[in-house]
Amino acid sequence: MISLKEVLKKYPKKEEYLIEILLEFQTSKKNHYISSEDVSTISEYLDIPESQICSVISFYTLLSMTPKGKYVVQVCHDVPCFVNDATNIYEKLVELLGVSDGETTPDSLFTLEITECLGCCNVAPAMRINNEVYTSLTPAKIETIINDLRGEVK
Amino acid sequence: MIQMKVISKRFGQINPLSIDSYIKAEGYEALKKAVAMHPSKIIDEIEISKIRGRGGAGFPAYIKLRALSNETGNKYIVCNADEGEPGNFKDRMIMENDPHAILEGMVIMAYATGSTQGYIYIRGEYQNAMNIFKKTIKAAEECGYLGKNILDKGFDFNVEVRSGAGSYVCGEEFSMIESIEGKPGRSRTKPPFPTEKGIHNRPTLINNVETFANFPHIVLNGGKKFAEIGTPSSTGTKLISLSGNVKNKGLYEVPFGTSIRDVIFKLGKGLENNRSIKMVQLGGASGPIIPEYMLDMSIDFDRFENFDSKTGTGAIIVIDDRFDIFDILLINMKFFVHQSCGKCTPCREGHVQIVNLLNKFISHRATEKDLMSLENLAYVIQQTSLCGLGQTSMTSIISSLRYFRDDYFAKVRY
Ligand SMILES: Cc1cc2nc3c(=O)[nH]c(=O)nc-3n(C[C@H](O)[C@H](O)[C@H](O)COP(=O)(O)O)c2cc1C
Ligand code: SF4
Ligand code: FES
Repeated sequence: MISLKEVLKKYPKKEEYLIEILLEFQTSKKNHYISSEDVSTISEYLDIPESQICSVISFYTLLSMTPKGKYVVQVCHDVPCFVNDATNIYEKLVELLGVSDGETTPDSLFTLEITECLGCCNVAPAMRINNEVYTSLTPAKIETIINDLRGEVK
Repeated sequence: MIQMKVISKRFGQINPLSIDSYIKAEGYEALKKAVAMHPSKIIDEIEISKIRGRGGAGFPAYIKLRALSNETGNKYIVCNADEGEPGNFKDRMIMENDPHAILEGMVIMAYATGSTQGYIYIRGEYQNAMNIFKKTIKAAEECGYLGKNILDKGFDFNVEVRSGAGSYVCGEEFSMIESIEGKPGRSRTKPPFPTEKGIHNRPTLINNVETFANFPHIVLNGGKKFAEIGTPSSTGTKLISLSGNVKNKGLYEVPFGTSIRDVIFKLGKGLENNRSIKMVQLGGASGPIIPEYMLDMSIDFDRFENFDSKTGTGAIIVIDDRFDIFDILLINMKFFVHQSCGKCTPCREGHVQIVNLLNKFISHRATEKDLMSLENLAYVIQQTSLCGLGQTSMTSIISSLRYFRDDYFAKVRY
């Protein structure tokens, strides 16, 4: 994990890099979120008000101010996936993880989210875990993927 | 063969991460030809080609190019790689399979319009495409096709990758401009248009990924040759993202004028398990839903415009007879509830009401009055929304009211 200071060093002190900074830092963080202290630090560095940074974070779905799990599981539910059994995929994930849309498991390992089209409709149904995309999903495939991730942690 | 590979010609044939591989396959030849031409002559070729934008609206490309070239001072060129419209994956495919073609198109247009700074705005979910494009930029800089004094012709052009962060509306031009400036992606009122006042209030050209990928071919082979492909009003080829319940889902490239039926049955090999088609949605969530008997319609911007929609993206989503039209409409409308930026009332409040009304139909609680309300509200949202999101989001509702009215009546309680 790289520190916020190191991320900031990579970008010029310009407001236009705000979203890039937020995304890069959030990705590198264990719980994938921007804390209020992070907001203060960025606000000082870019010399823009904290309220402006918060309004940017709340506008964009991929940015968050609440902690998430180590793995953010985003399952697509738009029409091309829906007609290819995405509902079963979502239900399998609910069964395996014991949480539903927007929730995080008590061990902070997984957050489950229903998301918009991932641009993989040719290999639907699809989901994304952190920055990795998984396609042509079946309930059996899901089970393997989740078990593998659980195994990695142990 | 009904496929015609121009944009996808190099897909799978070259290593997208190797600039040498691209150069061996005619790569950067168009740029070399372009820098030997007078900038205005390049735009003339684009005009002769009659190419229209591939991002959905089908706007003639030369008009924006000429508008930008007439401006002085700092100008920006933006490649729209936000591809958020459900059912589309063509831009991702170009970025992952032939990224230098997009960049070459951008550099040519920078030269033609006198622009010095470019951006490619890639949706945040496309991490792989983003990594590839960053490498593409670096390789092009090292080989002198990008950066300072390009091809020793004394012109400079830089390109930066900008990441989206999960907002569909940022695909709209002014929302994208706001986002590139580091702000929430809320649209602005037009005019002035981006080619007058865009990023940092400077003239800005925004084109789609596929549009940029077409430019090198037009420069290399001439506008006239390009205009011979397709139909009189829609020239060239179109990448089609075919998805849903077809056997062979995937990306296909066909000349404009090809029928939707041929794409589904000849290229997609028809439906899975010999089912029949209930409906086809064109373009994505903001496109029309049509019945099986309309599939002989050809792929053509003007045909799509009959629906007042931006369906020229080229997505075809096939839905079989197991599905109810209301389930499909509900998914579309929830998408827009979620993606509305909240700036104007018809869009912010209207989509929520549409979802409530659809739920009434789904649970058989709707009356004839609800049917009228749905229809009226759909037109209000379409006609009074500030930006393209609300202006096009009702297309699936309006087209379904036209072609699937019986499905509504079947659910109305008398
Ligand atoms: C809500 C909304 C979303 C859009 N999303 C995209 C997109 O993801 N990609 C794209 O190229 N154009 C998108 N557009 C169209 C762009 O505003 C613009 O027309 C296009 O980028 C212009 O490029 P072109 O002339 O090459 O088609 C969207 C428009 C609206 C209203
Ligand atoms: S139409 Fe919707 S997305 Fe567009 S400005 Fe209005 S509220 Fe925002
Ligand atoms: S609809 Fe799921 S990836 Fe496109």
